[in-house]
Amino acid sequence: MPELDPLLLSRIQFAFTVSFHILFPAFTIGLAAWLVVLEALYLKTGKAIYMETARHWTKIFAVSFGMGVVSGVVMSYEFGTNWSELSRRGGNVIGPLMSYEVLTAFFLEAGFLGIMLFGRERVPKWVHFFATCMVALGTVISAFWILSANSFMQTPAGYRVAEDGVLHVDDWWQVIFNPSFPYRLAHMVAAAYLTTAFVVAGIGAWYILRERSVPHGRIMVGMALSLLVWLAPLQLVIGDLHGLNTREHQPAKVAALEAHWETQRRAPLILFAIPDTDAEKNNYELAIPALGSLILTHEWDGEVQGLKSFPPEDRPDPIIPFFAFRIMVGVGLIMIAVGFIGAVLWLMGRLFTTRWFLRLLVWVSPLGFLAVLCGWFVTEVGRQPWTVYGILRTADAVSPVPGGSVLTSLILFVLVYGVIFGAGLYYIAKLVQRGPEETPHVPEEEADLSHRPMAAAGSP
Amino acid sequence: MTGTESQMVEYLPVILPLVWAAILGLAVFLYVLLGGYDLGLGVLFPLAPSDKDRDAMMSSVAPFWDGNETWLVLGGGGLLAAFPLAYSVMLPALYIPIILMLMGLILRGVAFEFRFKSTRYRWTWDMAFSLGSVLAALMQGAILGAFIQGFQVTNNQFSGGAFDWLTPFSVLTAAAVLSGYVLLSAGWLIMKADEALREWAYGIAYNALVAVATFIVIFSVWTPFLHPDIAARWFKPANMVMLSPVPVITAASVVALWMALNRRQRYTPFLLGVVIFLLCYTGLAVSLFPFIIPPDITIWQAAAAPDSQLFMLYGAIPLLPIILGYTAYSYWALWQAPEHDAYH
Repeated sequence: MPELDPLLLSRIQFAFTVSFHILFPAFTIGLAAWLVVLEALYLKTGKAIYMETARHWTKIFAVSFGMGVVSGVVMSYEFGTNWSELSRRGGNVIGPLMSYEVLTAFFLEAGFLGIMLFGRERVPKWVHFFATCMVALGTVISAFWILSANSFMQTPAGYRVAEDGVLHVDDWWQVIFNPSFPYRLAHMVAAAYLTTAFVVAGIGAWYILRERSVPHGRIMVGMALSLLVWLAPLQLVIGDLHGLNTREHQPAKVAALEAHWETQRRAPLILFAIPDTDAEKNNYELAIPALGSLILTHEWDGEVQGLKSFPPEDRPDPIIPFFAFRIMVGVGLIMIAVGFIGAVLWLMGRLFTTRWFLRLLVWVSPLGFLAVLCGWFVTEVGRQPWTVYGILRTADAVSPVPGGSVLTSLILFVLVYGVIFGAGLYYIAKLVQRGPEETPHVPEEEADLSHRPMAAAGSP
Repeated sequence: MTGTESQMVEYLPVILPLVWAAILGLAVFLYVLLGGYDLGLGVLFPLAPSDKDRDAMMSSVAPFWDGNETWLVLGGGGLLAAFPLAYSVMLPALYIPIILMLMGLILRGVAFEFRFKSTRYRWTWDMAFSLGSVLAALMQGAILGAFIQGFQVTNNQFSGGAFDWLTPFSVLTAAAVLSGYVLLSAGWLIMKADEALREWAYGIAYNALVAVATFIVIFSVWTPFLHPDIAARWFKPANMVMLSPVPVITAASVVALWMALNRRQRYTPFLLGVVIFLLCYTGLAVSLFPFIIPPDITIWQAAAAPDSQLFMLYGAIPLLPIILGYTAYSYWALWQAPEHDAYH
């Protein structure tokens, strides 16, 4: 039996568990914010339809949030179980950031989640609204801290390395607001909102197509579209700024995601290629001349650094970042197109009757998740071979744990996550199938329903 | 810099680790109480008299489980932040029990969401809830046992084997923690359940109390033999006088809890359960302090840079009371179990 490499296995396990986890925050950050808007509209207008829509989506939120919580707890322990040297040497810096996430975000979410899910009839209306606001605020604060910690690992600042290799903080402001953080935060929060908007639009379109809960479906499609029509193009701008920032601070990552081997001016935009890492060249390359320089530097003859300008041991392998980046950008362009077409149809007054477009909305509804995953693959694989860029190599960050232990845990994670992902998706599909409940006439009965055990998600 | 300020700076590396040990101690203790009754319900789940009782048990904790578990996350995250060396030694050393605990927590956590949505496969989520809870409780107990026994450390890294944690001692601590959690959850049900289920919970509480009392006696005898140092601090004549209240009050609490059960009191059983946990916790602290990786590494050696600990403290001091405040509000607002159980 070949020697099991704990480093490779730990990387696969971390990639798997964090990819699984990010799907849920990517959805619940936006969903929580939308629920706040729906509840505010209800409080303001008193229209039952907002309340019914909010109730329906709160159930879906409950399932997604629960899965996000259980897979998130895993993350906070994996830093120690699998990356103990990162924890020992980087603990002074990333430890406080993650602790602040727990203190300011996780408790806020968890403390008010019970009231949000179970308190609708047990606390005053405004308290319930406040609880929903706090849960939504918690999701954003959580993103703030964890993206700050991640960005520090990408573009460290405000630190010094002691003789024993342990990182110390010189300036907390610089640590938290490190160079890539504002861009990464904006890019991720926008991505989360877009992901949610596409899911909501798709499900709303499905109701309209099925001629069920059509008024609710219209609210879903309308509200989602009025967000993504401007946010999808804005995301392109944010992404571009993020890219410029990456080029400044992590040029090797940009070279990898563009599959540029040579440093050159008037660099081409490579649309497709199969990068060959050993031969240091691309096969089957399809490229547009000079456009790469324009996009990366905003000048036709801007100089773009190639992978060969970095020592081989300091380069990320371009294959994953290259393809993941192209998929992410492709999804982004589809999103912009969908938003534009939707806006045009809306102006023509045909948004809710154009069946091909509604069908398109159903089909593209999961694309946000794909873009989020691909984006993270670009930035995380592109950071390699470093865990903390330029300071701590991934190979030096791993725990002294035998490969057999990591293989066992990896298999367990795949099995357990496989089962709960399938089940979660199935139960969410059932909730969608059942649709919003229109029960404006019997408020007493309504109260009963919400008191069911696990009423947050309801029973079939 | 004035004289007092420079003195302060001098004392910070001494004081801050003590403060953080206290804060993390509080976080872990709150987790043991809240997560304890929470996991204990899962342990008792398959034994409950009826399916209706299972519904009641689960909905009694459904609004709170996420908050309860957050104290465990604070324990982990806080350990990384305040004592990174301890975190980086302990977690690899406890790799297998931690992963298994996480698996248990995942399975029981999603069961809250999935159980009431399934009809045909509800039994699957019943099993996931109870097996997940048992697994998590046992692994937490094993982790406690392994922690008391200490870890092999070379050059600031764990240097032992993957199964070092698994010893007769840790097996016994696993059983002890499980029985303690059951005692807490019986106390919880006595406060929250309707009459029939409450009566059943009293019966469980008697058995759990006997088990807990037995384990306390066993560990009081066994733990001092693990490290001569522990024996020395308990049995040094001067200390014996100082520390004698701990076992005495523990014994008195056990007796008082028994009597409270006899009198069918509603709230005292849970509260006395908390007191017993607190006393055991104190006893443990006396045995181990100031070591965070027994028997070699103290809280001062494992501490993060004073600057990092101070930076977190600025936030923790205002935030912890606020967190406790809204957590208490949530328990208060959602305390009343649904009177008309509309669940079919």
